Amino acid sequence: MKFKSQKVAYYFFALSMILLLLQLTYGFIMAFAHMGFDGLHSIIPFNAATATHKNLLVVWLISGFMGAAYFIIPDESDNELYSVPLALIQFWSFAIVGVIAVAGFHMGWFEGRKFLEIPRPLDYLVAINVILFLANIVMTIYKGKRHTTTAMVLTAGLIFVAVLYLPGMVWFDNHTVDSFFRWWVVHLWVEGVWELVMGGILAYLLIKLTGVDREVIEKWLYVIVGLTFLSGILGTGHHYYYTGVPKYWLIIGGIFSSLEPLAFLGMTLFAVTMYKKGNKKHPNKLAIYWTLNSAIVSFLGAGLLGLAHTLPGVNLYTHGTLVTAMHGHLAFWGAYASIVLAVMSYAMPLLTGRKIYDNSIGHLAFWLANVGILGMTAAFAAAGVAQVYLQRIAGMDFMVVQNELHPHFFVLILAATVLSVGVILYVVNFYKFGLPNDEAIVKEEEFKALQTN
Amino acid sequence: MLSKSQAKLFFLGGTVFFLIIFLALTVDTLVNGVPKHTHSDQITDQVKLGRRLWDANNCMGCHTIMGEGAYYAPDLTKVYERRGPKYIKTVLNFPGGWQLHGRRMVQYNFTEQEKDGIVAFFKWVGNVDLNGFPPKPSLQSEQK
Repeated sequence: MKFKSQKVAYYFFALSMILLLLQLTYGFIMAFAHMGFDGLHSIIPFNAATATHKNLLVVWLISGFMGAAYFIIPDESDNELYSVPLALIQFWSFAIVGVIAVAGFHMGWFEGRKFLEIPRPLDYLVAINVILFLANIVMTIYKGKRHTTTAMVLTAGLIFVAVLYLPGMVWFDNHTVDSFFRWWVVHLWVEGVWELVMGGILAYLLIKLTGVDREVIEKWLYVIVGLTFLSGILGTGHHYYYTGVPKYWLIIGGIFSSLEPLAFLGMTLFAVTMYKKGNKKHPNKLAIYWTLNSAIVSFLGAGLLGLAHTLPGVNLYTHGTLVTAMHGHLAFWGAYASIVLAVMSYAMPLLTGRKIYDNSIGHLAFWLANVGILGMTAAFAAAGVAQVYLQRIAGMDFMVVQNELHPHFFVLILAATVLSVGVILYVVNFYKFGLPNDEAIVKEEEFKALQTN
Repeated sequence: MLSKSQAKLFFLGGTVFFLIIFLALTVDTLVNGVPKHTHSDQITDQVKLGRRLWDANNCMGCHTIMGEGAYYAPDLTKVYERRGPKYIKTVLNFPGGWQLHGRRMVQYNFTEQEKDGIVAFFKWVGNVDLNGFPPKPSLQSEQK
């Protein structure tokens, strides 16, 4: 690393790792419950497990994004972070709010809105926390010696993430209106501004790892985030189809959400082309693997599997079934989990000075995790399609159908075990890096020689 | 070939253009569409109470409503029509937690007033015009 203050990123990355392991644990609890083994029901009922599983996902990814920003922004701005103590206060308050929220779920303290289960009083704490974070990042850029497109896109993404949290904090008496604005948060996050964050991180990693000229990479970054909003904003309509809104959302949502894969396809072509154009000399092979993985799997999971059930005629039958879970798992893995794992793989050697770039544990982690998540996607797909035919087409009772799906959940658990072994190996590597070290600070850009073609 | 500033223009222009359309449609939906589709004049204090309880107990953590939520327990959009108020009220406070075909529900301790609120909420949801959701099972309708 170039600046001492970049070390702050380590805290966020470490928190991400812990929360990811916890998220997997809750996933297993839910999968076993689906098979009829709900021994934990009295302590962790299913609704507490879902809320925990989903919110841990959101929080570990956001923690990863924050860590990424604390690492990337000083580097891009060519200046120390505005305030390290502020970043530490922000970190600890973030972690504490997270712990309270998760503990609250187990005591039945919810807001009960999918993905936004954190109760309202805690929402205010989250908001204050995020303002502290953004103030630190924006001040760093403001005082910085260099203003890059990559830093701007990343920061704009993070600011919009914060702004779009607000519509989820208003109470509406009408459930339809509540759902309408809940999607402003959830959809415009994951199919909108989170892609800005992902694009920013992706561009940074490609600049560093491939040696392709910054101007070329940043130009295509604009095109990709342009495509994201072109399709994604009106694509929100695909969540509105059956929630009590006018029929035109079926047409608008159908057309524009069908275009959403274009942004992800752009991401894939962008990353693969830049990698091919690059000099392929960078020693951090693991970071390259994860970066390309994010660009490619996001197209499969978010793009293609989203397209598979986004048209109104199909969605009428798949809406509210396990088909959605199939899409959701691979989409989050590709687009967001992988980019966070990529930026950690890139940053950790620079933070700690230990050169774990290309070891066998790292490669095994990469392949096991990906094979595992693909297996899970297949299991969800089989379960979801079976559910659609039996329940929605043949008209069988929901619970009768669910009991027929046990074999698919058995496969799901096997695949999830493979994923978990992969993730655990990733965490082992993370642990082996040790703590960030001042000796890892270098004046010159690391790998400068590699960064020109 | 596309220059960086043209790419930037594409991004900013496209975003603003589609954002304006989206906001205009939002206004139309909320002003003209939602009141009609959801019969918003029928949202009584009882319905509001029911929805508060629906949220506060994270019913969406197992069930779906309007197809949204978790996929562990049945969709409740049309539960009022399917089961009726008595059945719903029995399920909520069932000693030991309602259990059908192996899956257990949390046992709640709602008051009579709260149970009426939840029933009223389901009744209201059941009447919302959902553009044809949930679909009628096509095999069944052919048989009839």
